[in-house]
Amino acid sequence: MESWANVIMKKAFKHGSQNTIDQLKTIGRELSMGTQGNWLSSKEYLDLVKAIGEAKSKAEEESIVMAEIEHLKKRIMEPDVPRKKMKEYIIRLVYVEMLGHDASFGYIYAVKMTHDDNLLCKRSGYLATTLFLNEDHDLIILIVNTIQKDLKSDNYLVVCAALTAVCKLINEETIPAVLPQVVDLLGHPKEQVRKKAVMALHRFQQRSPSSMSHLLTKFRQILCDKDPSVMSAALCALFDLVSADVKGFKNLTASFVSILKQVAEHRLPRAYDYHRTPAPFIQIKLLKILALLGAGDKHASENMYSVLMDVIKRNEPGKGDPGSNITNAILYECICTITAIMANSKLLGLAAEITSRFLKSDSHNYKYMGIDALGRVIEINPDFAEEHQLSVIDCLEDQDDTLKRKTLDLLYKMTKSSNVEVIVDRMISYMRTLSDAHNKTEIATRIIELTERFAPSNQWFIQTMNQVFELAGDLVPVKVAHDLMRLLSKGAGEDDEEADSLLRSSAVESYLQLLAEPKLPSILLQVACWVLGEYGTVDGTHSADDIIGKLCDVAEAHPGDNVVKGYAITAITKICAFEIGAGREVELIPECRSFVDDLLASHSTDLQQRAYELQVFFGLGADLVRKVLPVNGSGEEIEFDRELPFLQEFVDSALANGARPYLDENERLGVDSGMSSFVSSSRSHHEPSHGLRFEAYETPTAAIPSGSAAAPSSLLPDFEESVTELTRSVRNQTDSSQVDLLGPEVARLRLDGVQRKWGRTSGSSQPSLAPTPASEQQRRDSGVSEGASSNKESSPAEPRHEIYSSSFEGKKVEREIPAEKQRLAASLFGGSSVQKGSSGGVKGGVKASKAAGNVRPGEKGVPPRPAAGSGKKKNWSAAEPKQASSSLMDLVDMSGDDSLPVHDAKASYDPFKELEGLLGVPSTAASSTSVGLGKSTMDFMSLYDSAPVVSQSASSLAGDSDVLSLSHRRSGGMDGANGVEGGLIDLNILPSLSPLAGLGELAQSSSSLSPSTGVSDKKGPSRQHSLQKDAASRQVGVTPTGANPALFQDLFG
Amino acid sequence: MILAALIMNTQGKPRITKFYDHVSVERQQEILRVVYSVLSSRSGNLCSFVEADDIFGPDTKLVYKHFATLYFVFVIDSAESELGILDLIQVFVETLDRCFKNVCELDIVYNFGKVHTILDEIVMGGQVVETSSAEVMKAVQDIWKLERVGELNPANIRGIGHYKNSRS
Repeated sequence: MESWANVIMKKAFKHGSQNTIDQLKTIGRELSMGTQGNWLSSKEYLDLVKAIGEAKSKAEEESIVMAEIEHLKKRIMEPDVPRKKMKEYIIRLVYVEMLGHDASFGYIYAVKMTHDDNLLCKRSGYLATTLFLNEDHDLIILIVNTIQKDLKSDNYLVVCAALTAVCKLINEETIPAVLPQVVDLLGHPKEQVRKKAVMALHRFQQRSPSSMSHLLTKFRQILCDKDPSVMSAALCALFDLVSADVKGFKNLTASFVSILKQVAEHRLPRAYDYHRTPAPFIQIKLLKILALLGAGDKHASENMYSVLMDVIKRNEPGKGDPGSNITNAILYECICTITAIMANSKLLGLAAEITSRFLKSDSHNYKYMGIDALGRVIEINPDFAEEHQLSVIDCLEDQDDTLKRKTLDLLYKMTKSSNVEVIVDRMISYMRTLSDAHNKTEIATRIIELTERFAPSNQWFIQTMNQVFELAGDLVPVKVAHDLMRLLSKGAGEDDEEADSLLRSSAVESYLQLLAEPKLPSILLQVACWVLGEYGTVDGTHSADDIIGKLCDVAEAHPGDNVVKGYAITAITKICAFEIGAGREVELIPECRSFVDDLLASHSTDLQQRAYELQVFFGLGADLVRKVLPVNGSGEEIEFDRELPFLQEFVDSALANGARPYLDENERLGVDSGMSSFVSSSRSHHEPSHGLRFEAYETPTAAIPSGSAAAPSSLLPDFEESVTELTRSVRNQTDSSQVDLLGPEVARLRLDGVQRKWGRTSGSSQPSLAPTPASEQQRRDSGVSEGASSNKESSPAEPRHEIYSSSFEGKKVEREIPAEKQRLAASLFGGSSVQKGSSGGVKGGVKASKAAGNVRPGEKGVPPRPAAGSGKKKNWSAAEPKQASSSLMDLVDMSGDDSLPVHDAKASYDPFKELEGLLGVPSTAASSTSVGLGKSTMDFMSLYDSAPVVSQSASSLAGDSDVLSLSHRRSGGMDGANGVEGGLIDLNILPSLSPLAGLGELAQSSSSLSPSTGVSDKKGPSRQHSLQKDAASRQVGVTPTGANPALFQDLFG
Repeated sequence: MILAALIMNTQGKPRITKFYDHVSVERQQEILRVVYSVLSSRSGNLCSFVEADDIFGPDTKLVYKHFATLYFVFVIDSAESELGILDLIQVFVETLDRCFKNVCELDIVYNFGKVHTILDEIVMGGQVVETSSAEVMKAVQDIWKLERVGELNPANIRGIGHYKNSRS
């Protein structure tokens, strides 16, 4: 070993100083080596390699390789290429492909070569195919037969070659073709073959566990193979199997322990020693398996104590000796096992001892392992960190990036409120050194998480966030910015107005400072604009003109960023409004004037609208402006009366003017809910559909009485406008009223309103400008919220609650240590000793509560909503287009023609019920829409397309509405999480005209449910799939499908 | 498992690339580029591990050793032992050295098939099959002997390949 290392070092000296080109000049010497074994050493190949090595530029290399490819293409296709030549061509192809060029034209020749009888050619063929092809390549099928034959060969080397190829080339479908042969090979007399067969089986197991399930016992049997190398191959497979199913392998614990004992005691032949350590790789694998088996199992763990002690004792180096790499590998594995199982204190002590040794080592590798081990040990014994604080800080300050990252990982795990400032500070300074987006995002996420969880003060929180925005910029999710704005607007949560305003003034100051810097990320500018708009003039230190000037500068400096511009103009609007509201005369400064003029002519309708809104304010009286945009209005909670009583008058007059009375959603079948209408129409297929009309419905727009406010086609915007006029505050209203319509959850809505206020000022702004509603929706739909969103959802008081609990924790211990490093250490590890119990508890508690917070929305899918929701909708829907309701009535009517008895209808309802929540995407349902019905719905859809807001809100209405509750009831609590008031049922059912109309409702309700629950309650794809299949087959059986419209029309048209 | 074994020289030229799960040619090139840029930016005597979650996904690491003009890189996931793989690289290089008598970069370039044979004896399907350099040598020499015989006289193939189990 020593001499070998010397040789390498000498070589390093010899070659390291020269570059490849120089090496190639000594080709004469190397040629003799290259020809050794008569392998790939044709002159042409050498020339190629030489030419590439000598290429002066990438382009030159490229042209050489291209020429080579052309050459090979020509030569390889010639008839009767001698096999030796062919083999060489293929090796050259492999080389060319390794350099990144396409060699696919030669794949087939590589496959052909595996058929060769000559082992050299066969192996070259296998080598090339394993490198060229993936297991799903079309050519694989040509190779399976050869592999099958070779697996049966009586030459074990051929068998080995085939087994090696099998690992790479066999996919799930071809496993059965070779599986029997491979299993037979487990009884092969050569241990090499058995070993490789085990490996191949393991590979199959990874690829397709299902096709291997009957062979699991085989792996256990192989464990008893008389050859240790075969047994060790089985350990690889067993490791995977055990990690997938610990319980099933508990009974093997004793066997693994006894194998480990024998290996450690040196009972294996000397040939298995590696640097005098008995079969270290087997020991490591066994330790890994034991860690899995012993986790959380006292009994299994106890069985391992003695063998672990033994292994450690045997591998522990003497005093002052760092130990060999491989013994340390085993020792590290022992630590992993000890910390994973329920170890006794003695073992834990040993683990701690080894960890200390690693941390104190000079080798970076051992330090790295030490930091990792420390992370494991302190999970069990937090005290332990204290002892090693200095080593940890050394690692943190090391120039080695890997070590630094690992140490930050460790610190992240041990962050508490007492050390959060130091740790986050470290993370931020580390983030400064990073350039790649991936790592930056990761560390930014961590900083944000820690900051949100442990922030000692709001001030610090804001500062930290600003730093994160500045460094990570657009890698930070928008949500984080919104959280920050919310924190500012809500203040400290209590009625401590003074502290709040202090906080805000300091925020204003810090952003004014920040804005002086060039090149800020968009997200930071957005926050800055918002803060300046909201609080810039509040404390009186800055004049409105100053702030407006700053805002104009920001907008000017970012001509391409419409979002920032939008934030800026809205901020200006607010400042002007505050001024007007305060009774002061406002004269826009010239640069602002021109900015506004620009926006008035902007291509972005959103910006245009914002600019126009600003103009409108100048024409309004101070009182009105004060009401519309009150100072510090963002923190205020807006109540929504879902009954919308103020609309009553409007509705009455509409009715008096001949508008149709309100019809419940279910009767409007498929009109109001964009997507669900589609679904429902496809559902109606299952309905007895004899009554379907096939002529197109009149387009709804045509039927709109232009003068009547009762039935505007762009229903929602108008509606919202009227709301805008009527409600007190414009800016919260516009968005949040929309949110209100969209989203049912009252508690969250308010927050949404606050958060999204800046997302868009207008209900009709384009979706592209509104990332927030989308994310909002997504969050609501999927029910997945990140760590912080639990704070957000409940109330702003919650983060503070955490802060308090943790600062309380922090108070317990403050240690004083001199020396600078020790001070750092103290700030990092400060409270560890006293806190250990409590910190674990609090941490766990927080985690648990977080988890609960996260799970809750997920379970519910659609959050429960107050019964008032339907009432509101009732009023609101009175303003639906007449046409919509009339066509709905048609749909209902046609089922009235139907002669099918009710119970039949019920039966046909059944499959939909099964389907609800299982249809993953609404479009799957939509795709099966029939032509006849699809046409009518298409009209409505196109209507919605032209008014995106309508369709958006409409589809979410379908998601949240009483429809859901109805079908929920009927489906026997299948989506049991959607708790809904029972009263709604009546609302839905009473208006039904007939049982069959009720049927129509059912169809719609079940279908309109699917888009919403489909997103929220994801069930197993296989079940969904099978149910879809089932539904499809029923459809085919019962009614003609959209795939055959002619037949459909012939029959019914 | 071992996701990939790579040998590249200090100028970033790939010498041997072996991916145990299929990776498209373009992606391979990208990976090689990224790995090279990471490795070349690390000075000596730093630790031999680089977390590679941005290249290969979560929980993956590069374990590498630098010999003369070559980097030997193994990409592993958390089921492998880092220090163990470091020794595996040692075994691999040791075997190459035995095989080529003072191995150098050129041997690997020209005998690329042989190197693959050796690697296949050590790692199979992403799992370590053999860790004894002597055993690997034996297996590889069997193959080469047979191949040479096959070259000269294909009829002799039968005779070889029925060696006695050499280890026990």
